[in-house]
Amino acid sequence: MNDFVKATWETLLMVGASSFFSVLLGLPLGVLLVLTKPEGLLPRPQLYRILDFIINVLRSLPFIVLMIVVFPLSRLLIGRATGTTATIVPLAVAAIPFVARIMEQSLLEVDTGVLDAGLACGARVGQLVKTVLIPEALPSLVNGVTITIINIIGNSAMAGAIGGGGLGDLAVRYGLYRRNAVKLYIAVAIIILIVQLVQWAGRALENSLRRDLPVASL
Amino acid sequence: MRAVDQVSFSVDEGEIYGLIGLSGAGKSTLVRCLNLLTRPDQGEIWFDGLNLVDQPEEVLRDKRREMGIIFQHFNLFMRKTVRDNVAYPLRLWGRSKTEIKARVDELLDYIGLSAHAKSYPAELSGGQKQRVAIARALALNPRLLLSDEATSALDPVNTELVVTMLRKVVDDLGIAVILITHQMEVAKVLCDRVAVMEEGRLVEENTVEQLFLQPREAATRRMVRGFDEDIPLERLASLTSAPVYRLGFRSESVRRPLISNLARQYELDVNILAGNINALVTGDIGYLVVSFDGDREKEETALEALKKEGVEILRLTNAQRGGLVS
Repeated sequence: MNDFVKATWETLLMVGASSFFSVLLGLPLGVLLVLTKPEGLLPRPQLYRILDFIINVLRSLPFIVLMIVVFPLSRLLIGRATGTTATIVPLAVAAIPFVARIMEQSLLEVDTGVLDAGLACGARVGQLVKTVLIPEALPSLVNGVTITIINIIGNSAMAGAIGGGGLGDLAVRYGLYRRNAVKLYIAVAIIILIVQLVQWAGRALENSLRRDLPVASL
Repeated sequence: MRAVDQVSFSVDEGEIYGLIGLSGAGKSTLVRCLNLLTRPDQGEIWFDGLNLVDQPEEVLRDKRREMGIIFQHFNLFMRKTVRDNVAYPLRLWGRSKTEIKARVDELLDYIGLSAHAKSYPAELSGGQKQRVAIARALALNPRLLLSDEATSALDPVNTELVVTMLRKVVDDLGIAVILITHQMEVAKVLCDRVAVMEEGRLVEENTVEQLFLQPREAATRRMVRGFDEDIPLERLASLTSAPVYRLGFRSESVRRPLISNLARQYELDVNILAGNINALVTGDIGYLVVSFDGDREKEETALEALKKEGVEILRLTNAQRGGLVS
């Protein structure tokens, strides 16, 4: 039992921290992509093409490969390449381009007419991002974060296999090496439960933020 | 591609200037150029003694404060309440909390939506949304209001409501309005002067009254016809081999029996092909499309007499030839 508490905690820590860092860096990157697009508000086609390319490259690497590639970075930042804390680095690195892309898509959904309205009021581009672009896209951004977290949970289970710890590690150790089906299924069930909870909470938050349909009067 | 080409016009303070044309005539591009949301490749835009095209972004921002704009699809912030939508420009320009509250209360009262302050745009009707947009556009006391097809997405009842609102704004505040529309019925009740746009160019500019009395360009006639002439003038002209005339009657002459006088005095049989009366801001004006059976010389004299009475006469040539001769 103790194993499961520890592993669940490790998974939550890995997923929580890497989700946090990937959104922290991925959202500004998403904003940058939207702004620098040739038809964006601050068109910088050259910069956009470079960012776009890097994101595509990082996204096309399978996570397991990326993890190994990122080992030196983990050592640099955390001091070691394996273990729960160190695994936060590859999880975040893998998620950043994903977050950037998904945030870019969400931000592009914002009606350009609404942005025009903000500009016509005299907003600077920076003010527009803060007061219109992000607030208007918020429900969709929350949905993007939900998808990201679930994605990271999947990757974290994989990371467990190469010394990351957590529920994935537990499932591999008991299920694969010791043929303990019960413990394997328990680990899997906990992972499913976490995914369900994240999905439910994300959906609930997203819906509570939506204002594009009339709110049913109570 | 040139969306707007060689367009030149000026609008005076307190004037409602209409830009009218069919979809794709370049009206919306033009209005985006006016507040520099789109930068024109060439040309000048003078506002308040400054050529905006030459100004740095910071000056433009400052000038945009003085130009409110309302849009066809309202462009309200969907995740902000009515109150926050109207407060947005005030917050942007760092007004104090008490000042913002007072101004927003005043504006909501003005548009008659105080009760909806906490509603979100999705809960409002189209007409209500446009009124919120008007309040937002007026928040910073602009000197010019740009209206980009503001009634085009509305049903007739809401169109009427918004038109009334705009009329009230102009009467109360005396600001200038540039009204872009494809609806002549909107332009006709609001505008002092109207310019007709076609394929990116201004083809005709005049007072509403003159445009109705004497629509010189085909594009203008199409706009006027939209609601007052069921049959194109060119087709009417082909109904008979005799010359066909479009007679425009000013408000002074619209109620006088000029035509029956004509018939009696010059012994002409008058064949009336079409006609209507339009209520404009400046008064009722009417038109008749007629041809005459009788002596051609008498016809000429009769037309001269009508001209003296202040009737605007357009001679319609045959449909195949298309044009109009004044």
